[in-house]
Amino acid sequence: MIASAAPGWFLEHAYLIPLIPAIAFVAIIAFGKRIPAVQVGRYTVPGGGSLIGIASMLGSLALSAGAAIQWIQSSHGHSYTAPIRKSWVWWQSGGIEIGLGQQIDGLSVMALLLVAFISTLVQIYSLEYLKGDRRYTHFFAALTLFSSGMLVMVLAENMVQLILGWELMGLCSFMLIGHWWEDPANSRASLKAFFTVRTGDIGLLVGTAIVGLSAQKWINANGLQDQYSGFSIEGISRWALAGDSQYKSVLTWGAVALFIAAIGKSGQFPLHTWLPDAMAGPTPVSSLLHSSTMVVAGVFLVARIYPVFFEGLRILDTDVNFIAVIGGITIIVAALLAFVQTDIKKVLAYSTVSQLGYMMMGLGVGAWTPAVFHIWTHAFFKCCLFLCAGSVAHSGSHHSFDMKKDMGGLARKMPVTFVCWVISSMALAGVPFFAGWYSKDEIIDIAGANQYWVFFGIGLAGAFLTTAYMTRATYLTFFGKPRGAAAGIHESDHGDAHASHDAHDTHGAHDAHDAHDDHGAHAGPHESPWLIKGPLVILATLAIVAGLINAPAFKIFKFEEWVEPKAEPVALVAEHSAEGDGTKATEESHSEGAARSVLVAAGGESSGEGEATGVGEAKGEEEHAGYPNGRIDEGHLTGECGTPGFVPASEEACYAPGILHHKFEWIKALPAFVLVVLGFVLSAGFCVLFYERKHRRLVGLTERNVLARAGYKFLWNKYYLDHLYENVIVRGIAHPLARAMYWVNQNVLDGIVNGAGRTGRKVGEITYKVVDQGIVDGVVNGSGAAARGTGTALRPTQSGKVSQYGALLFAAAALAALILVLVNS
Amino acid sequence: MLVNQFLLLGAVLFAIGVYGVIARKNAVLVLMSIELILNSVNINLLAFALRNGGDATGHTFALYIIAVAAAEVGVGLALVILVYRNRRSIALDELSEMKG
Amino acid sequence: MLASGGLVAQNIAFGIVALIMVVGALRVVTTKNVVHAALWLVLVLAGAAAQYLILSAEFVAVTQVLVYIGAVTVLFLFGTMLTRAQLGKATDLNNKTWALGIPVALLVLGTLVYVLIDTFGDDKVVDDPKDVPNVPVQAISDSIFKPYLLPFWALSFVLLAALVGAIVLARKD
Repeated sequence: MIASAAPGWFLEHAYLIPLIPAIAFVAIIAFGKRIPAVQVGRYTVPGGGSLIGIASMLGSLALSAGAAIQWIQSSHGHSYTAPIRKSWVWWQSGGIEIGLGQQIDGLSVMALLLVAFISTLVQIYSLEYLKGDRRYTHFFAALTLFSSGMLVMVLAENMVQLILGWELMGLCSFMLIGHWWEDPANSRASLKAFFTVRTGDIGLLVGTAIVGLSAQKWINANGLQDQYSGFSIEGISRWALAGDSQYKSVLTWGAVALFIAAIGKSGQFPLHTWLPDAMAGPTPVSSLLHSSTMVVAGVFLVARIYPVFFEGLRILDTDVNFIAVIGGITIIVAALLAFVQTDIKKVLAYSTVSQLGYMMMGLGVGAWTPAVFHIWTHAFFKCCLFLCAGSVAHSGSHHSFDMKKDMGGLARKMPVTFVCWVISSMALAGVPFFAGWYSKDEIIDIAGANQYWVFFGIGLAGAFLTTAYMTRATYLTFFGKPRGAAAGIHESDHGDAHASHDAHDTHGAHDAHDAHDDHGAHAGPHESPWLIKGPLVILATLAIVAGLINAPAFKIFKFEEWVEPKAEPVALVAEHSAEGDGTKATEESHSEGAARSVLVAAGGESSGEGEATGVGEAKGEEEHAGYPNGRIDEGHLTGECGTPGFVPASEEACYAPGILHHKFEWIKALPAFVLVVLGFVLSAGFCVLFYERKHRRLVGLTERNVLARAGYKFLWNKYYLDHLYENVIVRGIAHPLARAMYWVNQNVLDGIVNGAGRTGRKVGEITYKVVDQGIVDGVVNGSGAAARGTGTALRPTQSGKVSQYGALLFAAAALAALILVLVNS
Repeated sequence: MLVNQFLLLGAVLFAIGVYGVIARKNAVLVLMSIELILNSVNINLLAFALRNGGDATGHTFALYIIAVAAAEVGVGLALVILVYRNRRSIALDELSEMKG
Repeated sequence: MLASGGLVAQNIAFGIVALIMVVGALRVVTTKNVVHAALWLVLVLAGAAAQYLILSAEFVAVTQVLVYIGAVTVLFLFGTMLTRAQLGKATDLNNKTWALGIPVALLVLGTLVYVLIDTFGDDKVVDDPKDVPNVPVQAISDSIFKPYLLPFWALSFVLLAALVGAIVLARKD
């Protein structure tokens, strides 16, 4: 199929997508507060700048959708679609050029669309959720800036720009978690989030430096300076897959360092402790940043420069690697913690951590496409879950998120929320034919198929646990007898119900909150208004449907086709820059038909097909290049790049490593399904027994049984990790450091200052006593005394006594005579 | 005869005269000491006169000095008497109104 | 110091007279009796006259005796008497600062001695003892009235002034 000759306006101008929210951010900050709410008939058009935010997000969404459509059109039917790269030189230093620009390929298009879409929905949701909030305008400004930052990161052309977007997101996360910073718990949470992610960012900077500078060295050695800079994603990818053995250890260390950054940002064990605390922010923040978009930045990073990790950590080549291990541990650790939470948002937070573990594990076992697809599907159902939790709090439990105290029996009172929640939970659990099943089960499937049995097992266990804790959370929230606020008991003491989550401003403003919908009558739990319900419904629908674009069960591989980078070595055309307008635009396969045909011809055995499953069916049984025989027994390699020992030829370049695609079989999906069902049944049964019927054997088990109590306590204290981090590590470093600094301050610095003061005073004293009184006054007095003394000494000569005068006369004359004689002799 | 013996004699007398001028309290005694000085000068003059082949100049001036000395003593004593009349004493160390 | 040869007699005479003069001068300035001082002064003046004779200055010697010893000494004695100086031993005739005179005198003496010895050394008054020049009164008179007339006139004015002055000063008013 012939694609359009030109790549398309949306793809070329994709840099507008983050630019519009950035401008909107400035506008909201500048004018937002002054925009009043306008009454139009029955409706109130909200003021305060929120509409600017929503408009900008809609603009970004439109542009992203356009870009996505154009990308799909242009990539359809080609073996290799070059990313559309543009960059403008930002600064140069030491022979390295750092630019700002865009790299549009399948991954970035997907992420752009995802971020823009979720941001739009969340902003619409926030219109209702945060109505009357004390910092309404700044909330929308921060949300908009966040979206801009993530969009910048997603289409970053080079690592520096990626870091820029990364840090912008971190800043907005800090601002948004601490949105109600008047409560010290919230500001502590935002600080914890910031510092923990920052700890990981050490790895980001170190890793970028290592990787970028090494890539630059390789680029200079191969004369490719005018095509890429060392920090560009394409340059790094090509360098990593060049098979140059001198960079082996650099790749490993760079990969480790960069993965540490991903651990921090994506909440992997051991730096996951900030995510649950981040639930202190408003629910829209949790649903946007800390479930769908920001926390997947780490996963995105790994997926983006996958060649570095693939080569550095020898994914597929070794039995176990750093990424998979961390991912696997995270899955289990977080899932277990979700069982002991009473706060519904914290359950979802741990669930997010666990799912991020799935994504990382997927990347670690060579399941690139399923992991990225899981980003896609997870965003929808997790965002929906969070928004449902927000809806429950907003209209059901009177702003409380405590499941045990203020929820229960809400299924009938809030049907839409309930249905959306259930659909999203099923998607999360991986119930077949819901969105999560297509992505999560693929990860598990490929882990097994790639002979990573340990991780296969972990994945299955994770599925069981996920279903179990989600059932518990569902039961506590929507079933059973209504408790607390869900029962209409409105506690006059707002204290602990509002403790660290959706705290309202002052009680005065609470009345403003009462003014809208029918909340004022405190009629008990009810369904939320449409501004809240709408996004829920949309997302729940997507939670079913979004998975269908890549359903191996039904032989649909659209996502794979559009997003997965091709792993065949790419033949390089002689002319590279088709446009000489000073920007580095390498659009290798799109400008001329001639170029295209060259590529198609060079594609070799993978020519002219659009479905990756078609690649090398013939290769199915043969030994995969470099991989140990028997270790990976079936599946087809997407390309030669990255296989051990493969070095691309001189006119070819590799941009993505070859990964294995395995055939879907229904039988292979069975273990996961069984475990899901098991998990549901066991958990439901437990919940009914424990919570409803208060089975005497279960109630008080943790008090009677030492083992149970120990286990419960261990989980309740989050494995004592917070204790370890804050009390042991931080305190162990910070307190002695603080004491030492205090000592230095009091003794050294103050000593210096005091010493200077004392010295000054001493100098003053000495100056006064010695110099001023002694010397100066001495001179002055002395001259007077000398004069007086001289006078006194000479006065006797004026005694009036003649004989004395005579004596003097004679003496002087005699002396003068003597002198005269002596001089003249 | 060495010329020096006369000259040295003159010098000794001169010195003694100087001493007398300085040391003596009585005005008359001071005048006497001055006479000593003048005489020593005379000796000098005459010694040189003889040395220069009997030059009469020396003699002349010796005579002049004698005359002057006489005049001076006369006036001096008149002064002394006047002082005595006014102050009843001619102790020179009491005449110190010129002090300062 | 003493010359050798022909003028031995003069030398001896000189020595004796010089000794007497020095002793007399010393007594003038140290004696506690004013009148004795005057008398010792006479001795010195006489000695001076003797020296003049040795120096072949007869006229001056005579004049010395006449004027000095004859008039000046008398004047001194008159002055002593007229100022009621204590006749006989006076308690003190020395200044309080009489000690200052010694070093000054010695300084003067030293200077003069050094200069004299340095300059004249062994110069003789007369080289040949037979050749002692004679200065006749004629020569003196010629000297006064020819080359040194002006000083002579000045001197006469001095004497006049002294005369008048002395009268004026000592006049009782």
